[in-house]
Amino acid sequence: MAQVTLNTLRKVYPNGFEAVKPASFTIEKGEFVVLVGPSGCGKSTMLRMIAGLEDITQGDLQIGDRIVNDVDPADRDIAMVFQNYALYPHMTVRKNIGYGLKNRKIAKDVIDQKVTDAANLLNLNDYLDRKPSQLSGGQRQRVAMGRAIVRDPSLFLFDEPLSNLDAKLRNQMRIEIKALQRRLGVTSVYVTHDQVEAMTMADRIIVMNGGEIEQIGTPAQVYHSPASTFVASFMGAPPMNLLDALVAENAAMIGGQTIAQFAGHGPVTLGIRPEDILPDPNGDFEINVTLIEELGAHRILHATWAGQTIMVSVAKDVTAETGTMHVAIKSDALSFFDAQTGRRL
Amino acid sequence: MKRIKLETIVDHSVLIIGSLIMILPVAMLLQMASTPDIETMRNGPGLVFGDQIPANFEKAMFEASGFSGENTGLRMLYNSLILGLGFAIGKIVIGMMAAYAIVYFRLKFATLAFWIIFTTLLLPLEVRILPSYEIVQKLGMLNTYQGLIIPLIASATATFFFRQFFRSVPEELIEAARIDGAGPIKFFVDILVPLSRTMIAAMFIIMFVYGWNQYLWPTMITTDEGMFTLVRGIKQITQTLEGTNLPEYGKSNILQIIAILPPVLIVIFFQSWFVKGLTESDK
Repeated sequence: MAQVTLNTLRKVYPNGFEAVKPASFTIEKGEFVVLVGPSGCGKSTMLRMIAGLEDITQGDLQIGDRIVNDVDPADRDIAMVFQNYALYPHMTVRKNIGYGLKNRKIAKDVIDQKVTDAANLLNLNDYLDRKPSQLSGGQRQRVAMGRAIVRDPSLFLFDEPLSNLDAKLRNQMRIEIKALQRRLGVTSVYVTHDQVEAMTMADRIIVMNGGEIEQIGTPAQVYHSPASTFVASFMGAPPMNLLDALVAENAAMIGGQTIAQFAGHGPVTLGIRPEDILPDPNGDFEINVTLIEELGAHRILHATWAGQTIMVSVAKDVTAETGTMHVAIKSDALSFFDAQTGRRL
Repeated sequence: MKRIKLETIVDHSVLIIGSLIMILPVAMLLQMASTPDIETMRNGPGLVFGDQIPANFEKAMFEASGFSGENTGLRMLYNSLILGLGFAIGKIVIGMMAAYAIVYFRLKFATLAFWIIFTTLLLPLEVRILPSYEIVQKLGMLNTYQGLIIPLIASATATFFFRQFFRSVPEELIEAARIDGAGPIKFFVDILVPLSRTMIAAMFIIMFVYGWNQYLWPTMITTDEGMFTLVRGIKQITQTLEGTNLPEYGKSNILQIIAILPPVLIVIFFQSWFVKGLTESDK
């Protein structure tokens, strides 16, 4: 277990592309941090710099109490799980898991013991003598996990480990990984582009976009008080509604109707989560529902409001039809963003 | 009755004629090897097989021809094996290491180096045979196995095939190995070599047959009869046919059969590997 500190860590590729703009944050001991963002946002580069697979252009990386900028990946006391598992195809599961230990010149009986323990933990006992090609996707992922666990690292790194699995297995493995991390208490950095994975697994989420960190916070913080319109639209499915509003006389207005009290002047972007718009026959606002998506547990209403499209999420027992509908708004659940920069106000 | 299509007849005729063209010379060798020399001399190649194969085999394998008495068939077989194996193994080792350097290390001009190696395909041995001979001669390697093998060992073909193969090995595997603490040599030995085994087998077949069938180079480099390879030695026997003695048809023909057997056996035994190595990858 180790604390990880990034101090203005930056990555510029030889062609001049700045993949990661100077980033600073600290990951606490035992914390599960998820780096999330669209593809190309620099999250994988960040992880690979922490792993030592990518050179650090600028800044310092500290794992535990040493600066590891120039330390070999093998000596950083880390373990990494890759997207395509990266199992050695010609080795049995047993050898795959034990390979890192063998390279560290650990005694054979110790390796055997550790491999057996890891296999027990991951329900892989029956497969130890198989080759990776004889395993299913989920089992391969477990072997990759086993290879990470068996080294007792002070830091786990996950690079989109679940993106090759089907939806059902992904949910199951998500829980398994989370539970395992809780049990072992190892500091973890997990990269994903899937905001559901980020929300469900993270102690803290780091949202990245265009090489920059948009927000660092707990899943609840990131969800309820997004730091920018990017975070607001990236996190949550369906995403937060972002509406053009006008602030005048300390009130934010859409289509001439006052939504909430707000100090300031001029155009702002107003964010409302779809579930914070409540169908209410006595509601002050009128929307025009154009399409209803049935999701079983709830329904998504696609509607227009004063010429802008919005989504409303309603419980399954709410009757909804296309056409005019009255709604109320939870005024304490609103987010305001600068209309130009998109930053939270 | 099932109708036989014209196409089928044509197809089969082509195949049958093709295989006859391939097999008949071998059958002819066998026929002459099984007939007493005197009969071959009198009647030429015939259709009747004789009973001389064991006797001729013994003669071919253990009885020397030439002056020194060193170039028995067995000796030549041994020399050919050394040449074939040394040639194949050497080419694979060198080709793999060259490809490893080109693909995995950030070398300046690695691509240029590769293309220079590749263009040597345009410079086969025959083109550079005089300078190569001079070098070998000055190094004192005439009539040695080193002299036979080393000048032929660099291989653009093997380097090319291994380069293509290495480039298809997923990046993540290398990274996983790095995190697992495998340095460049360990990665090569523990992971790359086992992964390449079908490719190695395919290269081995091609290169072994190629090396085994070398004629011009051994002819230039070996003058000592004890160093003759089969392919070169048979020619020597054919030369000694002149004179007053009866030509040794049986012996030389059976030597030829012995000379074509090992490549055939290797191809038969390794053919599944061969196909696998060149068509699919085990990743």
